[in-house]
Formats: sequence, structure tokens, C-alpha cells
Amino acid sequence: MFDILMILSLVILTCAVLLNIFRVVKGPSSADRVQALDSIGINLIAGIAIFSVYMNTHAFFELILLIGILSFIGTIAFARFIERGVVIERKR
Amino acid sequence: MSESAEVIAGVLIFLGTLISLISSVGLVRLPDVYTRSHAASKSSTVGVLFILIGTLLYFLISEGYFSIRLILGIVFVFLTAPVAAHVICRAAYRADVPLTQTSAEDELKEYFTVNEKQSGDSPSP
Repeated sequence: MFDILMILSLVILTCAVLLNIFRVVKGPSSADRVQALDSIGINLIAGIAIFSVYMNTHAFFELILLIGILSFIGTIAFARFIERGVVIERKR
Repeated sequence: MSESAEVIAGVLIFLGTLISLISSVGLVRLPDVYTRSHAASKSSTVGVLFILIGTLLYFLISEGYFSIRLILGIVFVFLTAPVAAHVICRAAYRADVPLTQTSAEDELKEYFTVNEKQSGDSPSP
């Protein structure tokens, strides 16, 4: 029963990620795409948590932290690129 | 002991996935980059927090294993997801992404034009 509930949660999460991928493909501006990719990263964290509950192991908890940090850094870099055209500025 | 853990974790995780699905539906159906960002940032953050707290309680009740890494993940997601949405929205506004047709007024535009007139060139970050 609990395993079926976990599988069902993973299926619903996959539907959410597919809707996000629709927005990544279609999105009129690049800010839409970056926002949808950030949302995909957050959904991926949730998927790893559900999968570790389903497998009954706690070997994947570092991965949650790692994907959170990488998604945040990538989103900030893309937002700076959209806003100013450069990611890292130089002092002259 | 294991039964109560499964009930609590099952309810929290299923609720969290439903909130994530609602967030993605909002990301598809809303008309504007700002309203889409509003839907995507808040409700997917709440959904992932529900799921991570459910995972934490599952391992805490069933095995007595308290994961500090999961606590760190919860705090990090809770701190950084709204900041990321704010930065994306500001970048979209600076890149002149238009608002939707039904929006009533744009107060920030007036602020930016006044700021440009004072400083002379493009507004400093």
C-alpha cells in the first residue's frame, strides 16, 4: 500500500515535470525558460526524496543538497546573463 | 511504530506532490512571465518542503535516524527559491518583457524612468 502510494507520487511528479518541460519548449521569453528549469530542479529534489523513501535508504540525502545548490547557482547565472549580458563583471 | 511513520509520510508526500502538480499547471496556464513566476516559485517551494518534511519524519519515526543534511536541504530550498524567482523577475523586467494585456497599471515603469532621468544613463544595479 505504501509502495503504491510512493509510485503514484512519483507518477504525479513526472506529470508536473512534463508540464514544466512544455513551458521550457514553448516559453516566449528566455526568463520563462529559466524559471521553468528552476522549477524542474526543485521537482527533481522532491523526486529524489520520494525515491529514497521508496528504496528505504538514506544514501541519497547529499544529492538533495547538491542539486539545490547547483540549481540556485545556475538560475542566478542565467538571470545575470539576461539582465546585463555578462555573468562575471570586470573592474576596469 | 512503522505504521504511523508510513501514514504520516504518505499523507505529507502525497500532499506535496499534488501542490507541485498545481504549481506546474499554473506555470502552463497563466498568461505572463510574472504571474508564471508567482505560481512556480511559491507553490513548488511549499510542495518540496512538504515532501522533504515527510521524508524526514519517515526516517525519524521508523528508524530513529535524524538527518541533518535533510534539514540543511529544507533550509536551503526555503531560502533560495524565492530569491531565484525575484532575480528572474527583475531580469525579465529589465529585458523589457511585456506585461499581459489585462494588467491594470505598471508603477515600476514610472520609477525606472525617473531614475534614468536623474542618473543620466542606464540605471545602476
